[in-house]
Amino acid sequence: MTLDEMKPGQECRILKVNIGGATGQRLLDMGFIPGTKVRVIRNAPLVDPVEFNVRGYHVSLRHSEAKGVEVELQ
Amino acid sequence: MKKASEEKTVVAVAGQPNSGKSTIFNLLTGARQHVANYPGVTVEKKTGSYRFKGERFELVDLPGTYSLTSYSLEERIARDFLLHEKPALVVDIVDASNLERNLYLTFQLSEMGIPLVIDLNMMDIAERRGLEIDVEELSRRLGAKVVPTVGNRGKGKKELYEAIRETSKDKTRFTPIHIDYGKSIEPILNELEQKLSEDKNLSSHYQPRWLAIKLMENDSEVRKLIDKHSEKGNILSLLKSKRDWFISQYGDAPEKVIAERRYLTASGIAEATVKRKKEVLWTLSDRIDQIVCHRFSGPVILAVIIYLLYKLSIGYGWKLTNYTWPLLASFRDLIASVLPAEGFIHDPFLRAMPLWVINGIIAVLNYVPIFLILFTLIAILEDTGYMARMAFILDRIFRYFGLHGQSTLPLILGGVYVGGCAIPGVMACRGIKCERSRMATIMTVPLMNCMAKVPLYVLLISIFFAEHKGFAMFFIATITIIIALSVAKILNLTVLRKREMAPFVMEMPAYHLPTVQGVLRRCLERTWLFVRKVITIIIAVAIIVYFLISFPGLSKERDAYYGNQASEIRQIFFKEIGDENPYAGTLSGAGFEEFSIYWDDYKKAGIAAKGDEEKEAIDKKFRERNPEFFKIVKSEDKEAAKVNRAYKKLERKRKQLRMEKREETIQGSLLGRTGYFMEPFTRFAGFNWRVNIALLSSFAAKESSVATLGSIYQTEEIGEEKMLEERIKEKEKGWNPLHALAIMLFMAMYPPCIPTLIMVRLEAGSTKWMLFAGIYPIVLGLMFAILVFTGGNLLGLSGLQAMIAFYILAIAVTTVMGLIKRKPKME
Ligand SMILES: Nc1nc2c(ncn2[C@@H]2O[C@H](COP(=O)(O)OP(=O)(O)OP(=O)(O)O)[C@@H](O)[C@H]2O)c(=O)[nH]1
Ligand SMILES: [Mg+2]
Repeated sequence: MTLDEMKPGQECRILKVNIGGATGQRLLDMGFIPGTKVRVIRNAPLVDPVEFNVRGYHVSLRHSEAKGVEVELQ
Repeated sequence: MKKASEEKTVVAVAGQPNSGKSTIFNLLTGARQHVANYPGVTVEKKTGSYRFKGERFELVDLPGTYSLTSYSLEERIARDFLLHEKPALVVDIVDASNLERNLYLTFQLSEMGIPLVIDLNMMDIAERRGLEIDVEELSRRLGAKVVPTVGNRGKGKKELYEAIRETSKDKTRFTPIHIDYGKSIEPILNELEQKLSEDKNLSSHYQPRWLAIKLMENDSEVRKLIDKHSEKGNILSLLKSKRDWFISQYGDAPEKVIAERRYLTASGIAEATVKRKKEVLWTLSDRIDQIVCHRFSGPVILAVIIYLLYKLSIGYGWKLTNYTWPLLASFRDLIASVLPAEGFIHDPFLRAMPLWVINGIIAVLNYVPIFLILFTLIAILEDTGYMARMAFILDRIFRYFGLHGQSTLPLILGGVYVGGCAIPGVMACRGIKCERSRMATIMTVPLMNCMAKVPLYVLLISIFFAEHKGFAMFFIATITIIIALSVAKILNLTVLRKREMAPFVMEMPAYHLPTVQGVLRRCLERTWLFVRKVITIIIAVAIIVYFLISFPGLSKERDAYYGNQASEIRQIFFKEIGDENPYAGTLSGAGFEEFSIYWDDYKKAGIAAKGDEEKEAIDKKFRERNPEFFKIVKSEDKEAAKVNRAYKKLERKRKQLRMEKREETIQGSLLGRTGYFMEPFTRFAGFNWRVNIALLSSFAAKESSVATLGSIYQTEEIGEEKMLEERIKEKEKGWNPLHALAIMLFMAMYPPCIPTLIMVRLEAGSTKWMLFAGIYPIVLGLMFAILVFTGGNLLGLSGLQAMIAFYILAIAVTTVMGLIKRKPKME
């Protein structure tokens, strides 16, 4: 499954980042690396974007970007 | 310009966004700063200098970046600076509470080979989170000096000064880090490095291993660099074969593996140096966010904050201008008093022209109190970290229109509801990371309802929509954002189509308590930028506009006509008071001019005076100045009263004559002729030449639209505003609410004022965009005006009906615009 399908409160582990280019590189730079644990904090009031906790800090992504990250539920 | 020959050590301040770079930069340099832009782009370049132990250091605040790829403008700028300006040293600001991610950048800086000093900032937050960092061990592993600091409280300043000095003197204190990129990549890196080292031209300028790593990451800028400098062309072809082989062998792009290994190393270092004394699961920040980003309370809080922003800055700021305006006015009066005196019906050029310019300047300076409050509030919002939350909450809506969550603040400042100002709005666009959205925001902020547009709305609404004031105000307040969203989308789909887009990966920083010093500094910095930029250009523009409305001037015959009229008025005056009048003598010759000045001064003083006591003092002063004149102004005896009456009559006639003359001059001027010339066309929008002139002349400053209308519609005595409404009704008997609606819509779309255009030029980075921002609103405004006026007339709509119809149409168009899909994403 992909990161955008996760619900607030759920935790998962990253398997693979499937997008390249600027978005993919930015995700890697921010620490979205295979094996990393990600917790979904909350959706924005209009559902998009979503806030995550990765490596001890908070970051928000749009669903379209989160879709590029393959994860497995913990 | 101090001794240019003096040796100085250039030090770059780098680090991830929000790590405290600017705070440390300010801490080290104090007030000796200079803000400019990096050449050709709108990213701020701050430089500052300091002295330590007799040596001079020059600091450059680099833009905050998470990495050093070539995908974003900030990263390219930071990297190019390090590559080409060759600073002696880099101070890497590392957020101690977020070590892993910050080290990811540290590694990349270290690999570039420039000596590093690590500033381990935000130690207080790390402590609060229960993190204990072994500074010695960290320093050993990173091969650089590490200095713990708390930037906003000035802790660690001395040690940092010392570390910078030491490392700049003794380069052996720094050893570039060597990250092991693993069995799969290392052999390739070594081979590439070998090849690159052979190329003397390249290896003398850049670290071969760094080049090799960047090439494996497929960095487009570094490829260009190789293309340009390499003697042999075979490096890129070797690279291609290696990359292709790697991808086919491991099924993954090398840049992914490289990023992975960097994070792996960072984790290793963090594990070895950071001890968790206690587990803090829910930080205060998290708890605040539970309310601030909540589905229901989040938007409510946002609305309250926006309301407060308006209320405090515009609401109270306006009140403050009540105190500052007299200061500005007395400054003008001071200047006026040293200029040649006012003429009977014609002011000398050397008076009229400087006063015109000064009026233009103080009209803009009048906004300074508002800006001070506004910029203070923005700085507070920025420092606390709320901006990211604001973007988080509203991104979804803006995104439909090719804007960005971060467009929220600029649009609010511009006046999403009535009464903003486009200048701070455009200035705030700097924060938007996505280039395409940033441009779209810059272009649409001026469409918002700035304070200067409001007086005209109020005037027209109270004349023509008196029964539906509330709705009319709501209409005009909300129609602009609706239109702006459509415009943003259209720009996105057309002229901005090729602009770079940035992925929406937005850090939500922990909340910080802002510091007074930091907030004030930023507020003053921005206000000063505004004052400096605007004043210089306002002067030039005011002069041009002055010529446009005064030249070519009246013909000889008309000028003579006014001269005759003037002397006739004077003759009538003397005839009325009669030769035998005892005051006739003092008023003849130069005495008359003197009396005019005396009369004006007395009137002015009377208006300013408060309370009986003050009035008495003024009377005393004027009696001393000229007892004879005083008798006249006070009508102290029968003869004096006669003179007083006659003079009042003369004044009235004189004012009217001045008015007529001015009106005729404006009509005959270049601007006036343009207004006439356009009438056949603008008639479809319901604008006659008078309106044309008023609209044209408001280009210099919109708030003058009402004043210009005032002077065009002026009949006799200078009237109150209420009078203006009457006068417009009187002169424009044929007007109906459709005329008013057309004018209001045109004003809503009115091109940005000169100061805003200056800011657009600064932020968009080109004169072309500035012209575009100035011209497209005119086209749009005319279209809308013609639509409601001609369309409304054809359909026989009332003003209110046309308003409603236009509103529905605008919402429909915007909805459709929002639904148009953007081109599929980049990759
Ligand atoms: N608690 C704490 N706050 C700090 C410290 N240093 C800086 N801050 C605060 O952190 C916030 C961000 O600091 P800046 O100096 O603006 O960060 P920056 O790195 O320049 O940020 P960008 O320019 O956006 O990349 C401000 O509110 C500072 O007051 C610190 O050591 N401790
Ligand atoms: Mg900064």
